Amino acid sequence: MPYDPRLVAPMREEMTRMGARELTTVADVDAVLGDAKGTTLLFINSVCGCAAGNARPALAAALRHDVRPQQVVTVFAGQDLEATARARQFVSDYQPSSPSMALLRDGEVVHFIHRHQIEGRGPQAVAADLVAAFDKYCTETTV
Amino acid sequence: MSGHVFHPGHEELHGVTVVVDGASGRTYVGRYHERGPRGVVMHDVGVHDPATAGSDRGSWLARVLKFGVPPEHKHLIVPEAEAGSISRLADLADLAG
Repeated sequence: MPYDPRLVAPMREEMTRMGARELTTVADVDAVLGDAKGTTLLFINSVCGCAAGNARPALAAALRHDVRPQQVVTVFAGQDLEATARARQFVSDYQPSSPSMALLRDGEVVHFIHRHQIEGRGPQAVAADLVAAFDKYCTETTV
Repeated sequence: MSGHVFHPGHEELHGVTVVVDGASGRTYVGRYHERGPRGVVMHDVGVHDPATAGSDRGSWLARVLKFGVPPEHKHLIVPEAEAGSISRLADLADLAG
């Protein structure tokens, strides 16, 4: 059962403040990921404070790097159920977990960060992983 | 909202993805909830059973590290007599190569 929208609103806002576009419907997801070109970072948001509380600031820090994905999008697991399920179909080689992050290039997953790779690590450590992936796979600097 | 925790007062491993070694030889991977008289309570659990698995434990864990935990059981209690050592999945990351 989804949490009270008022409770998760700050978690949504944390994402949009860093420039991520929220995808709340299947149509939103299909419009962005259905024929994706270039590089896209998909962030699967979560209410889990232990992991998501580090994952969101990690992504914010990584997006301050010069090299970054062309677009950053987010779905909210446990909140926007249909949109999240649809988004997971685009990264279906990977088991569902939240929070998690997928870097896609031309629609193909080139880097994935699972929840277990976030748990117990500080935002800077996770951000360093992201920055390394951005350097490897992203050539554009526009978010 | 960064760092906000919805489940205060739990054990250190609460919510963390762990590997539980079973006395039977089975391996359980999932999110730790608690350990009590009934055993270890876990969520979204994948199980490697050497009697039925198509790969050895190391290969299975390496795949879990790369592709995530297959959520074969939404909730699972590993009985106390079965539950052995518990470690964080992330600590096994060197298996992934």
